[in-house]
Amino acid sequence: MKLFPTGTLTGMTLVLKRFLRSYPNDIKENIKARSLFRKTSPEVASERASVTQKGLITVEYPDVKLKPPENFRFIPFLIYEPVLDAAGKPIVNAATGKEEIGVERCTACGICAKVCPPQCIWIVRAVGDDGKPKPQAAEFFIDIDVCMNCGLCAEFCPFDAIKMDNDYELAGYERHVNHIYDYPTLLKSTTYYESIKPTDYANEEAARKAKEEAKTKKPAAAEKTATAAAAAAKTATPKMQEPPAVE
Amino acid sequence: MAVLSPEAAPVAKNHVEYSKAFDAESVAAHLKESVDGAVVSSSSAGIVVDSAKIVDALQWLRDSPELAYDYFSSVTAVDWPDKFEVVYHVASTVRGGPPLALKVNLNDKENPVVSSAASVYQGALQQEREVYDFYGIRFAGHPNLRRIFMWEGFEGFPLRKSYKEAYYEQDRKPFETRWDQGHHIIIEDRVPWHDNVIYPKNFDPTTFKQIREIVRVAPTIEQGDTKALKTQPIVVSVGPQHPSTHGVFRMNVTLDGETIMALDPVFGYLHRNHEKIGERNTFYMNVPFTDRLDYLCGMSMETGYVMGVEKMMGIKPPERVEYIRVIMNEFTRIVSHMFGGIGQVYSDLGAFFTPIVIYGLEERELVLDLFESASGSRMMCNYMRFGGVWRDLPEGWLEVARELAHNRLPKVADEMETYLVKNEIFDVRAKHIGVLPPDLAVNYGVSGPMLRGSGVKYDIRRADPYSIYDRFDFNIPVGTNGDIYDRMWCRIQEIRESIKILQQAIKDIPDGETMAGKKAYSFRVPKGEVFAHIEAPRGDFGWYLVSDHNTTPYRYHVRAADFINLATMEQMCVGHKIGDMVGVLGSVDIIMGSVDR
Ligand code: SF4
Ligand code: SF4
Repeated sequence: MKLFPTGTLTGMTLVLKRFLRSYPNDIKENIKARSLFRKTSPEVASERASVTQKGLITVEYPDVKLKPPENFRFIPFLIYEPVLDAAGKPIVNAATGKEEIGVERCTACGICAKVCPPQCIWIVRAVGDDGKPKPQAAEFFIDIDVCMNCGLCAEFCPFDAIKMDNDYELAGYERHVNHIYDYPTLLKSTTYYESIKPTDYANEEAARKAKEEAKTKKPAAAEKTATAAAAAAKTATPKMQEPPAVE
Repeated sequence: MAVLSPEAAPVAKNHVEYSKAFDAESVAAHLKESVDGAVVSSSSAGIVVDSAKIVDALQWLRDSPELAYDYFSSVTAVDWPDKFEVVYHVASTVRGGPPLALKVNLNDKENPVVSSAASVYQGALQQEREVYDFYGIRFAGHPNLRRIFMWEGFEGFPLRKSYKEAYYEQDRKPFETRWDQGHHIIIEDRVPWHDNVIYPKNFDPTTFKQIREIVRVAPTIEQGDTKALKTQPIVVSVGPQHPSTHGVFRMNVTLDGETIMALDPVFGYLHRNHEKIGERNTFYMNVPFTDRLDYLCGMSMETGYVMGVEKMMGIKPPERVEYIRVIMNEFTRIVSHMFGGIGQVYSDLGAFFTPIVIYGLEERELVLDLFESASGSRMMCNYMRFGGVWRDLPEGWLEVARELAHNRLPKVADEMETYLVKNEIFDVRAKHIGVLPPDLAVNYGVSGPMLRGSGVKYDIRRADPYSIYDRFDFNIPVGTNGDIYDRMWCRIQEIRESIKILQQAIKDIPDGETMAGKKAYSFRVPKGEVFAHIEAPRGDFGWYLVSDHNTTPYRYHVRAADFINLATMEQMCVGHKIGDMVGVLGSVDIIMGSVDR
């Protein structure tokens, strides 16, 4: 070993530099807010999560939350289309305080249950009065402790009925009842879906519209709109949130 | 952007020249001449060798100067209805090229025995234990044939087709109970807890004793002068609670004072039989499961597996996909090295969580943000698909990636090198500690930065090129001494080379499709077998897949590089002080998700 550890000291200088550059922003914020106990402002938080970040990289979760990107996926949910009033707003049931459910998109086709790698989706198909199976789910369970958040169910559902959520705060005190999501728990409205994944929603609605038009229009023209819609759906990819927004 | 056609692909500079690769048929012809009666039959998939001649055949392949199969890649087995098939994969670090498969049929299913290959390749010592543990195939002449992942009192051989695990439902997914009468039950309630464990006959927990005998693989060292001071070797169990923050892993270390005399790694704390799960799953379902192998490098794991299935199905992914895969893989390598291969080693050597791990983690955050916005998840990406990727990259993704690759990551690599090369403390802790000689490393089947740290220029990206790596200009850094320092140095240089590849790939990436053909969730894969391997950050990760024309793989085997690298722990540690052991373990850079599988 050398008598004087110059290399080690060079390293230490780097550490010191890093340390010094970590805190100016933070201190500036404190001065601005005139408080030692303030939350990181949205601008600073976004700055910290970007590629040009210098110094501190963390925010004070759960007081400050970074918004996940549009492609983010967590436990799936099922989609219903709400009943709309004349003004196009969802009708809320006065007694329950919940939106009136119009169409449940799931047809109980079972594809999601078949593709799910840990086999955590359980579906009971509804039976009509005539005893024949109906294209509707009577029961739908997802064991969210078994779900590995892979997103394959949402990828392969042919009816856009199951989608991946953005809500990642699901800790509970008990797992045998609360973490088995049943049908009512899983159902969420298209408005919610639109709010978390606007690009996907717009693409899917466009494709849906084109399909419906195709049904009514003459075949040749319909094909044109369908391909145009498909092309539109292909080009639109969600935007990178750069810098990520804060919730 | 111009689309590069595969024909016009430029051959990269810094291309390492390997002599010609041999196919299985021509090797079989040589082998037939030289080892009498060894070859039973041969095809392009491999050579079937007589069970009495396998060791001779391996020895000849290893020593033949022309073929030089010096590298023991893997040994595993397949349970066929009428026989066990032991499958060896050997490769050549001198010639490069794809590995050669040798197979031995054991028709006696009651008492399958084959000679151990440990006398030719020491790498077989650890892997044959795995085969014994899972299949009950015994290897005659193996000095230490006992279970490796299961505990000693475990009954049954889990990878045999007849074995049914706890909570067994059906041989193949999807399970029928899920649809269309999927009334939910908690699965543990259906098979009550006390009924799902099988004990050996006459098992009595009060009298059961674990086998604690330690079998040495490294040369013995003399105990200190016992006359002057009365000393006694003691066995210290290090772990399993994060002995060095790498995962749940234990070592029984025999010590004389502070000097290590013997070391016996104990595996299996994170074992979940990934391979059995893989054989129950459909091909598609396995993609997200591969993320859980080496969980720091989900993208690489997916690429390897997906490439294997693509090979079997004869799919060629579109150009853009190949570029996306290269970009994802190189980002993975950079952050895995920064965090695991370099940062953690500093922390193991005493710079406890300050500051380099954290600096590595910062960059990793930014890369994980990129992964998240493309795939939806940070670590468990589930992004690769057979013949493509899940979705195209989001708008603006490549700009962020470019900023990282051109402006940010090179600076961090420089900083890391400053801590490493000039630091006197690091010098004394890392130089000439944990030395692994090159011949031993090759013989053990060690791979990745560990092998290159020992001076062997062997990188799958060059030796057996896959995807489009032959288009990029990059070097293979190699060390000289094979100590902790050289492994770390190699990783830093590899970060630089990966940055180089990233810059080229981001510049050249063409527009186009991100999926070949139509996606399907259930399909049959043609009969056949494949060994697909990639240069993952921790080394040569391989997937040996066998399909019997079904929706699920008949055999799904993972060659986990860090599991095989760990086999050399004793060789590297004996004679050093116990404080160095943690540093050596750190420099192996293990992830228990893939070690224990
Ligand atoms: S795939 Fe879609 S429509 Fe079919 S059962 Fe699942 S959620 Fe319902
Ligand atoms: S996300 Fe994956 S694991 Fe979860 S329910 Fe869907 S398919 Fe199953």
